[in-house]
Parts: sequence; structure tokens; C-alpha cells
Amino acid sequence: MQASRTGPSDGAASFPDILRDAGLYALVALGLCIPIVSFRTELSQNSALDLVPRWGLVAGLCAAVFVVRVLQRLVLARRDARKALTPSAHQATEAVHGEPNAGQRVSRLAVPVFVGFALGLPLIAVLATGGLSQSRYWIDLGILILTYVMLGWGLNIVVGLAGLLDLGYVAFYAVGAYAYALLSTTFGLSFWVCLPLAGLFAALWGMLLGFPVLRLRGDYLAIVTLAFGEIIRLVLINWVDLTGGAAGISSIPRATFFGIPFTAGDDGFAARFGLTFDSMHRNVFLYYLILALALLTNAVTLRLRRLPIGRAWEALREDEIACRSLGINTTTTKLTAFALGAMFGGFAGSFFAVRQGFISPESFNFLESAIILAIVVLGGMGSQVGVAVAAIAMVGGPEMLRNLGFLKAIFGEGFDPSEYRLLLFGLAMVAMMVWRPRGLISVRVPSVALKERRAIAGSLVREGHG
Amino acid sequence: MSVAGINVLVEETRARQAAARAPLLSVRGVSAYYGSVAALREVDLEVAEGEIVTLIGANGAGKSTLMMTIFGSPRARSGSITFAGRDITRLQTHEIARLNIAQSPEGRRVFPRMSVYENLQMGATLHAGRYFAEDLERVCTLFPRLKERLNQRAGTMSGGEQQMLAIARALMSRPKLLLLDEPSLGLAPLVVKQIFGAIRDLNTRDGMTIFLVEQNAYHALKLAHRGYVLVNGRITLSGPSRALLDDPSIKAAYLEGGHPVPDAAGQPAGA
Repeated sequence: MQASRTGPSDGAASFPDILRDAGLYALVALGLCIPIVSFRTELSQNSALDLVPRWGLVAGLCAAVFVVRVLQRLVLARRDARKALTPSAHQATEAVHGEPNAGQRVSRLAVPVFVGFALGLPLIAVLATGGLSQSRYWIDLGILILTYVMLGWGLNIVVGLAGLLDLGYVAFYAVGAYAYALLSTTFGLSFWVCLPLAGLFAALWGMLLGFPVLRLRGDYLAIVTLAFGEIIRLVLINWVDLTGGAAGISSIPRATFFGIPFTAGDDGFAARFGLTFDSMHRNVFLYYLILALALLTNAVTLRLRRLPIGRAWEALREDEIACRSLGINTTTTKLTAFALGAMFGGFAGSFFAVRQGFISPESFNFLESAIILAIVVLGGMGSQVGVAVAAIAMVGGPEMLRNLGFLKAIFGEGFDPSEYRLLLFGLAMVAMMVWRPRGLISVRVPSVALKERRAIAGSLVREGHG
Repeated sequence: MSVAGINVLVEETRARQAAARAPLLSVRGVSAYYGSVAALREVDLEVAEGEIVTLIGANGAGKSTLMMTIFGSPRARSGSITFAGRDITRLQTHEIARLNIAQSPEGRRVFPRMSVYENLQMGATLHAGRYFAEDLERVCTLFPRLKERLNQRAGTMSGGEQQMLAIARALMSRPKLLLLDEPSLGLAPLVVKQIFGAIRDLNTRDGMTIFLVEQNAYHALKLAHRGYVLVNGRITLSGPSRALLDDPSIKAAYLEGGHPVPDAAGQPAGA
């Protein structure tokens, strides 16, 4: 067992090494950028050439090189570590480790890197594009991706952990959005009051869906949940008195900074904090709001996984009959999974409503459910990091394809890369299913607290191996 | 009197004593159906405290159905099942499990993607981990192989190890009655011996009451105090194991060749 593990020198480099290496790359990038990117020539009014410095862009590029290199090294180290740990055919036992292996160490570092990047994104975007209003595209993209990360994490409770295939998750997203829209427009309640209410409503609907499908599994469950999603959408379209029908609900109160509106007036956010007014303040606030909501979803899920209810979900996914014979009430277990998953969908929904200021049933069609489910499945069912990566790839990827304007130089003016977005996207999906059929991160990390596990591994395992 | 004769006497006495006490589990006139097909007809069966009772029978005789019916799924359509003086016929599976009946189900049904340790934790669900460390030590002594594999994913273990895990997981709930469904299924003879040895230890050392459903009639009867024979959903024979082992009809049907005579005769060679 010990012999099969590689030393720290080969394969898994230490984190400072990786940082130094990435720093070197960034330095090279800087060197290359100075002559090529850092100045742009512009004709000034007296037809002389002016040099316009673009240091923000240079900083952005270097930062990007740095981050990509760190990620690349982390991924490589992880792969090497896993290779080194894969037991040979003769070795029946998996690696039973007293200490976390290199792969686990790296993944523990990958998470702070991810979160750090997410926290710093608005700043990076502002620096890279050279202004708050120019960074709008990137921050909006960040909001979009984080919304799907949150939805993915919410659905992950139902599909990834409890193993209940839900094709109608968008219904809860819709319930949350309409709950906020209706409560705020009719009763004038603020976002922070509506948010928990919307979550509660969605959880209630989750239970409502849960009851009739308790006895169903697999394909049959999928069909019923699909129908449920459609029913909600059709009700939203046809119950014109309440929901406004296909026209939707408009002029939903916009997000405020805990009561301080993002307006140009004297009592607005900018004036109170002594800033010059910029409509982007609201977007940055929304970005951090959805980031906080997503991280909350993640924290709750990770916590629950260690509690009896979370373990019951996973056991339910593995084997329902065995679950029941161990005295687990599968009814309540399923209902809590549906309710909690739906609650986070509801949170995301009310965020969607407060961000858009306008909602209509159009936004909650089956395609949304399919995308969210694809994120969970692509991420590797049950893996939190996998879901986040998949959301970035699924939502951010097609957006990136919009920016392939340079291809026009190759294929001629008539070529519009954005028309090929879905084609490329489909190809990527097929490739995924060929090479990583169980999702990006298919390894399940045991939920048992490390310390406890180490104690057991230390005292019992070594004894057994002699 | 020969040693074997004394053994018979001892076992018969034991069986009589057991019958005299109120049984821990009693199944009275239970019939169960799959749709309109009868799987169990008027089954009567008793398990007293401290006993190993085995139920033997051919494929499709209804052994596993009886096991599952005791556990509430499928429900008995008529008759009654009582455990420790309480009627459990109408209870749900998880409610029955909470009365301290544990089961190692047919086909083991360990949680494949969870580690051995987590599987054992799931077994201890009923006590919310109160006796976990102590019980873990106990099952690891019973099955030292599990001790070596606590961090391994259960699905990657061999069949024998999974069977050990299934029994260990059932024991983690500190049951008063342990139901075992074909623990020897698909296992090498040496592993079967190990597992049956562990079952015997459980009974003699901890006084665990065990209800064992088996196709491997010889081993099961060797291990158990009493036995029942199930044919087409009906109990046809019952009595002390030794008597059953010597019974000529049992010998012909289950022990020599391991299959009921009509089946063995009707099967083509090599099937």
C-alpha cells in the first residue's frame, strides 16, 4: 500500500512551487504584453499618433495566464496523484490512507482558488476592461453562471445525493420567482422578507410534487416530474388574474442595498457611500448576492451530507430496500430531499426576479430544466466542485463562442460563429459522454469527518495489514 | 448411548425448551400474494429467543418472500406476525426495523458507492451512533476482513466481503433478531465456512437469535437448532435440525445433489 504511493517529489508538486511556476508564466506574459498589447496608437485631433496605455488589459491578461497555469498544474497534479494511487489489478484493496493523498490535498486547494476567483471577479473584470461600465458584460456573465451554479447545487440535492431524477426542477425556480414578484408588487414586501418566503413556497411545492411520486423511481419519476414542470408553466400562462398570463409580471421592485436603493438621488447608494453614481453598482451587488446564495447552498449541502439526513439521502440513492430495512423512513427522506432542493430553486428564482425586474412563463420552459440537469449530470452526480465546473462550461462556454469574431478572418465575412454555438456545444457534450461518461468529477468523497476516519484508519487498518 | 445420540437428545431438549418459552417471532397462518399469485400459503413458523432457526427450500419456494413478508413488504394478506409480543403484520418496513429486527437481505444490498465505514454507520442509524465505536469494534472482531477495508468502497469488495458487510451492517443496529437471507449465495466454500462460523459464534457467544433462510440445506441444518422446509409456499416439514438431516425425503430432495429429485431428474445434463 505504502509502496504504491509516490513521494511528493514526483507528480504532486507543493502549492508554493505551483504558485512560483505560475508567477513565472505571468511574468513572461507581461514581457510579451508590453511590446504587443500595452499601448494602442490612435490618431489624435492634430493627426499625430497618440499612445494610449492599456495597463488594465495587460494586468487582466497576466492574471488570466496566472490563473490558468495554476489550474492546469492543479489538474495535472491531481491526475498524477490519482494515477499513482490507482491500485494494480493484483491489489484488491483501494488505497486506505491515514493521511489525505495528494489528489485530496490538491482538491482542497482548488476550492479556495475557485472561491477566491469568484470573490475577485468584479475587481478583475474592472481592471481588465478599464472601467466599471465596460465590465458590465463580464459581471453579468458571472451572475448568469452563478445562478446556474446555485440551481445546479440545489438540484444536486435531489438528483445527485438522493438519486431522484427530477426533470421539472425549473418549476421551483418559477415558484420562487413568482412568489417574489407577487409578494413584492402586491404587498410591497422587501426582497429580504420575500426571499425566505419564496424558499418556503418552493419547498411546499417540492413536497406537493414529492407526495404523489413517492413510489416512483427512475424513468417513471422522470416523466412525472417533467409533467409537473409543464403543469406549473401552463398554470402560470393561464391563470391570468394572478400571474398576468403570458405577459408576465413587470416592474418588480429592483434590488436595494439592504434598504438603500441604487439610484442617482440623494438617498441612493452612491450618495450615501460617497461614490459617483454608476448603474453598475447594482450589478456588482447582485453578483455578490448570488455568490452568497450559491455559497449558502453549498455550505448547507456539505453540512447535511455529514448529518444523518444527508447520509440517508445517499443510502437512498444506493439502495432503497436496504435503506428501509435499516429503519430509515424513506418517505420523509425523499420529501426532505425534494423540499430542500426546491427551496434553493426558489431562492434562485426570487434572485432571478429581482435581477430581471420582469418575469414571464417563457423563462421557465423545459430547456431550463434540461440545462440544470445537464449541469448536475456533467459535473458528476453528487460532486459540488464538478457541478460548479460544469455550470461554468455549460453557461460560460456558449457565451465564449460569441467572441470568436476572429474566425471571420479565416472563413470570410459571412461567417457568424455564434450560429455554430449550439453545434460546438453538442459536440462537446458528445465528447464528454465518450471520455468522461460518469461526469467531470465522478469520485465520491466519503462524508465521514477526516479526523474520525483517520483515527479508525490509523488504529485498525495498520493493525490489519501488519 | 453414542455421542451422536446424545447430541440428538441435547438438541431435542433445547428445541423443547425453546418451544416452551414464548417465541420471539411467530408467524401464524400467513399467506402472501404477488398480484393474484400465491407466494406463501398458511405458513406457520416460530423462532424462540437464543435459537438459530433455518428455513430451507428450493428456488422459488417462497423463502425470500417469507423473509420480506416478516419485514412488511409484501404485506401478509392473511394471518399474523408477532415479534416480542407485538403484532407487526400491518407495520411498515422501517417501523419493523425500529423494533430491533435486522436483516441481511437477499443479494446483500450493501451501499456500493459508500465506504465500508459509512455502510456500518448507516447500520447504526437507529441508535444515532450512540454505541457506534463499541459496535464497530465488535463487528471488526467478528469479521477481521472488514477491519482492513473500512475506507474501501463497498461495491469494490468481493462477494464474500460484501456478505460479511451486510451481516455486520445488520448487527450495528443491535438487533434482538437477525434475519439472514441466503448468506452463502454465490460464495466459495471456504468463505461460506467462515461466514457460517461467524453466525455460530454470534449465537453461542452473544446469544443472538437468528433466522436463516438458505438453499444450502446441509450447511444450514448443520448450523441451526431447528429447521423448516418450504415447498411451493407451504411448510411441509419442521423439526430439530438433526432429525431433518436424517430424514430420507430431505436427504433425497436437498442433500444429495443439492436439488429436489424431480428437478434433478428433469434437468438436462450440464444445465
